[in-house]
Amino acid sequence: MTRQMTGARMVVQALKDQGVDTVFGYPGGAVLPIYDEIFQQNEINHILVRHEQGAVHMAEGYARSTGKPGVVLVTSGPGATNAVTGLTDALMDSIPLVVLTGQVPTFMIGTDGFQEADTVGITRPCTKHNWLVKETDALAATLHEAFHVATSGRPGPVLIDIPKDVQFATGTYQAPVKGGTKRYQPQVKGDLDAITALVAALETAKRPVFYTGGGVINSGKAASQLLRELVDATGIPVTSTLMGLGAYPASGKNWLGMLGMHGLYEANLAMHGCDLLINIGARFDDRITGRLDAFSPNSKKAHIDIDPSSINKVIRVDIPIVGDVGHVLEDMLKIWKARGRKVNSEGLSKWWAQIDEWKKVNCLSYKNSDTTIKPQYALQRLEALTKGMDRYITTEVGQHQMWAAQYLGFEDPNRWMTSGGLGTMGYGLPASIGVQVAHPDALVVNVAGEASWLMNMQEMGTAVQFRTPVKQFILNNERLGMVRQWQQLLHGERYSHSWSDSLPDFVKLAEAFGCKGLKVSDPKDLDDAIMEMIKYDGPVIFDCLVEKHENCFPMIPSGKPHNEMLLGDADTQGAIGAKGAVLV
Amino acid sequence: MAALNIKKGSNSHSAYNLRSNFSDAIEKHTLAVVVDNEAGVLARVIGLFSGRGYNIDSLTVAEIDHAGHRSRITICTTGTPQTIEQIKAQLGRIVPVHEVHDLTVEGPSVERELALLKVAGDGEKRVEALRLADIFRASVVDSTLKSFVFEITGTPDKIDAFADLMRPLGLVEIARTGVAALSRGS
Repeated sequence: MTRQMTGARMVVQALKDQGVDTVFGYPGGAVLPIYDEIFQQNEINHILVRHEQGAVHMAEGYARSTGKPGVVLVTSGPGATNAVTGLTDALMDSIPLVVLTGQVPTFMIGTDGFQEADTVGITRPCTKHNWLVKETDALAATLHEAFHVATSGRPGPVLIDIPKDVQFATGTYQAPVKGGTKRYQPQVKGDLDAITALVAALETAKRPVFYTGGGVINSGKAASQLLRELVDATGIPVTSTLMGLGAYPASGKNWLGMLGMHGLYEANLAMHGCDLLINIGARFDDRITGRLDAFSPNSKKAHIDIDPSSINKVIRVDIPIVGDVGHVLEDMLKIWKARGRKVNSEGLSKWWAQIDEWKKVNCLSYKNSDTTIKPQYALQRLEALTKGMDRYITTEVGQHQMWAAQYLGFEDPNRWMTSGGLGTMGYGLPASIGVQVAHPDALVVNVAGEASWLMNMQEMGTAVQFRTPVKQFILNNERLGMVRQWQQLLHGERYSHSWSDSLPDFVKLAEAFGCKGLKVSDPKDLDDAIMEMIKYDGPVIFDCLVEKHENCFPMIPSGKPHNEMLLGDADTQGAIGAKGAVLV
Repeated sequence: MAALNIKKGSNSHSAYNLRSNFSDAIEKHTLAVVVDNEAGVLARVIGLFSGRGYNIDSLTVAEIDHAGHRSRITICTTGTPQTIEQIKAQLGRIVPVHEVHDLTVEGPSVERELALLKVAGDGEKRVEALRLADIFRASVVDSTLKSFVFEITGTPDKIDAFADLMRPLGLVEIARTGVAALSRGS
């Protein structure tokens, strides 16, 4: 169906046709025609943010918790440049976003006009693809292509830059075409010979391990179901990256916990000692591998990934499989069943006996205190008191993020939103609002550090305005905890600028924003305070004063392999050599 | 805790050191990339090379199908086999990229480059320049009493050799197009 309409109306029409119900945005001169169209309709809900970075993180939270693309609308110049951090974050973590930016009118492009920026130039390396639309007639097709590119293949953020005259001018609107544009059709089915080779390797492996990542979650709920079926049917242990938590349930019997720099002892040693490593939708990130030449030295490696460039990027694999995780797992299960559901039972039982030995180390144990709240204890209580609830967790970045990954259990996919690849402090608060907008009745908790939280705290205004009852669970150690930990380990305990001075009174801050503030410093008061936070019908800023010098363990120091983990402060003396010190 | 006994000052490798089982030998490859001829497509390709630290030895681009809006980019690059594979995979990810061909591994191919060389001089040097140009089948496209502009087509090696010979004879300026390449046969 084609219709004549203005570019601005086309934008709103295309969003409706793509099934968009929510847009996160901030108006400005170059998007006024689109805002005028938004004003004249009721189908699309617009969330007015306080800063464009917040809009993008909200859209990320919305996207990751729903599986649908997040949509952002911001103005030209500073509106677009403020979105850059969020775009980069979404690119690193493969989050589908469609970001619309206003631009100065076409005849002013290149004149250094007011609020002009080379938006497509600036965002080219931090988007999956971007477009500058110079003709209204091309706008509808571009908008539809944008949704297709953002959501198919390896998901990612896309951006459309729309000059103001294109928004005003009238053109022909075209409805979306099924199947998206021809020119971008990534391969989703894996090669059956490669999948058969993987099944054959799995049947005989003595010490196999599944290493799963965000790709399982991006592939959709069915992929998580298939993973669970495969893991439980084969009895093979499974570990996951930070991004993949929840794909296999934390209560599952084959669950080893998260792996990597702050991963669990048993997970990392299983990676180091395995003879078959099956990477499902993860990317051998440097937080995972540690020292490359000592990474899982005796294993055959298989890698399932929808992005061919992920394969052999850092780790050379023996069985590469390009395809969508869900499709590949389905074929893998079929082939494994058809071949007689074989596993190396004897090898597996020895392997599990070894893993059980490693589990006895109890790597997440810590010294609790009667007088001070340990951050680990706070998270254990949060976990205990919210277990079984319809719960979504977001985090900021730092020690609290790692503790949240270690001490909270995720039973389902799409319940855990965190900035993994880019490590964006200030992600969690806006992301929690995005999640809550998509799930108005759920409990949404942002596990935060006070320093990260301050980076986008203006978004509390958004939370209050749109009545999103997000709970800001701030583990306040008055430090940039992870920076402080590295300075302790690497820089002779010279704590250069890693403390939070002149912190606001978070309870008064909550009052100023018009929401509820809670402060707790005694472990005895913690449970009651958490319950009060959960029960309060509205946003809460929870100031949890915790031990100031707690370090996050286990830890694989920079430049070390998986089997050289630090389990506690006693292990840290001279742990990082000169070469490790240059790493981040 | 013997497994955790970390040797002090152990000489560990960087986690960013992408050394692998692949050969470490540096190879030279010629890639042909067919793209939609749209705004910014060359910037995407070049940005990929600069952003990920790959080398570009030579790059040529021109529209090859006006009706279909297709352009062909020919890139000469160097790197380890693993890097070359990464470059191809990364190029393949770019939305307006339709085909990536590694002409170096996909069978025999022809490579040609065109160069213009300005040689100034007089007397015996001028005669010698003309004589060598004849041997290299370079043609004179501009001539004054004190200078020639030669046009030469061939492989980059041939152009290098010709330029080396012209240098003592008064080479003042050179412009090269970069390599265009096609696979041999049908």
